[in-house]
Amino acid sequence: MGMTITEKILAAHSGKDAVSPGELINCEIDVIMGHDLSTPLAIHEIEAIGASKVFNPSSIVLVPDHFTPNKDIKAAENCKKMRLFAEQHAISHYYEVGEMGIAHALLPEKGLVLPGDLVIGGDSHTCTYGAVGAFSTGVGSTDLAAAMLTGQIWLKVPSSRKFVYHGSLQRWVEAKDLILYTIGDIGIDGATYEAMEFTGEVIGRLPMSGRFTMANMAIEAGAKNGIFEVDNITLEYLEHRAQRPYQIFQSDENAVYTEVKDYDVSAIEPQVACPHLPSNTKPVSQVGDINIDQVIIGSCTNGRIEDLRIAARVLRGYKAAPHLRLIIIPATQAVYRQALREGLLEIFLDANSVISTPTCGPCVGGHMGVLAKGERAISTTNRNFVGRMGHPQSEVYLSNPAVAAASAVKGRIAHPDEVVRHRGK
Amino acid sequence: MIFKGRVWKFGDDVDTDVIIPVQYTNGTDVKEMAEHCMEGLDPNFHSKVNTGDIIVGGNNFGCGSSREPAPLSIKGAGISCIIAKSFARIFYRNSFNIGLPLLECAEASNSIQEGDEIEVDLNLGIIINLSRGETLQAKPIPQFMQELIQDGGLIKHIAKQLKFS
Repeated sequence: MGMTITEKILAAHSGKDAVSPGELINCEIDVIMGHDLSTPLAIHEIEAIGASKVFNPSSIVLVPDHFTPNKDIKAAENCKKMRLFAEQHAISHYYEVGEMGIAHALLPEKGLVLPGDLVIGGDSHTCTYGAVGAFSTGVGSTDLAAAMLTGQIWLKVPSSRKFVYHGSLQRWVEAKDLILYTIGDIGIDGATYEAMEFTGEVIGRLPMSGRFTMANMAIEAGAKNGIFEVDNITLEYLEHRAQRPYQIFQSDENAVYTEVKDYDVSAIEPQVACPHLPSNTKPVSQVGDINIDQVIIGSCTNGRIEDLRIAARVLRGYKAAPHLRLIIIPATQAVYRQALREGLLEIFLDANSVISTPTCGPCVGGHMGVLAKGERAISTTNRNFVGRMGHPQSEVYLSNPAVAAASAVKGRIAHPDEVVRHRGK
Repeated sequence: MIFKGRVWKFGDDVDTDVIIPVQYTNGTDVKEMAEHCMEGLDPNFHSKVNTGDIIVGGNNFGCGSSREPAPLSIKGAGISCIIAKSFARIFYRNSFNIGLPLLECAEASNSIQEGDEIEVDLNLGIIINLSRGETLQAKPIPQFMQELIQDGGLIKHIAKQLKFS
């Protein structure tokens, strides 16, 4: 029987010729990622049992990206704990503020996660790295601690669900809209415990930035991992980045899937996920008149240079609506620098936006843009649960960068054409 | 292992942001986490729960973030186990890893009401609703998960294997 790319990677990492869905296996891990919310608790557990050594320091990547630059004393203590742990265990992949970025943008950018890898991370959006053809999944602090100590993890082999995208994308429709549309279709538990495999002609034309966006949100359908096949676009992306050799796996023609979904994307409009679930999606034209207090453009979902270029295309020559806070967060220092070189930051400043150093801050309601009671944001992030960005009675709408930028100009949720056409282009 | 307690009932898709808001997730003090348990759905939940009480949820309990303070805050509040139709996968792993047992039982989720007294036999997966005189059968917990619970969680399980303790 044929195997999917996910099954092949899991088999290769568990010393087996073949694995099948439901099987419990013990796997060797290539890369372990931890950040400043998940790692301190893992360190606490490692210290509690008196373990003095991690299994392989070079497989561990630590990125203080959530409450950084330290938002308060507790965050500072946590980051200090992580920094000292990295020093103590000679973990060289520790990225301090100033050279760091949001982990899920940073690790691929640095060529640390590669095709065929088995990656685990102390963050649910670790599924992002599936965009390069890796098996990558999120875990909690205890799994993170165990992985650092043993270099291994027990996993249940997920069944796979295939999503095939045909047709051609309308203007302003991006990868974010494809994944929101998909989650809207299958629901936030539509792929629970499964692998989401993304393929089809539309995916074949999608730049890596878009593939990261889609893989990133696999967890919002409950999936264990999201995964893409490696093609020339992947290889080109990896060419000057990959830090070590890698192996490419492909799904067999006769691989078994729980279901194969075919989408004709030609009719899809930009999507908006309304409060309070990522699956509560509507075409932007059907959202209605929704006034907005804050706009966030950034995050592990949509903080890459391609996302900022799209936002700049809409914002150029405009200002954010009065009393609206427009916060733009390049996902990494390299993205920040590139945006500077291309003149995007000037467009953003002219639009009265705040440009932040890389941080996950507002996406989780941590800092750098927390919402008050009754306030409403549109954001290019990935979750809009109750209280996600601040007060339990605040609201978050999710969209692509173009819709977020257009909404910033209009002060209400808007289609990018309402702004750009108005400019006469 | 047998648990007995009062039921606190919740619906579908109880996410980690309502279980514990992010601002209380950056510490190691489980008592402090427990004070904010379920805050997004019921700000007074923590003060109402008694040790041994049981949560009964719907589909996809614990969806969202990988934050371990979610199950830690529930365990810290005194909840002995959670029964739901289904659980989100990271929450499922995290719960067993920290020694909080979960049972999947759609029938229990439908028939058990808020305030019912129930008894749970973890090894057999049997749920007895003492208030209504009903006996229900949950999906059995895989052997490996039972070992984790018996050892007191994954780290203690691993410590045993690595002979750290």
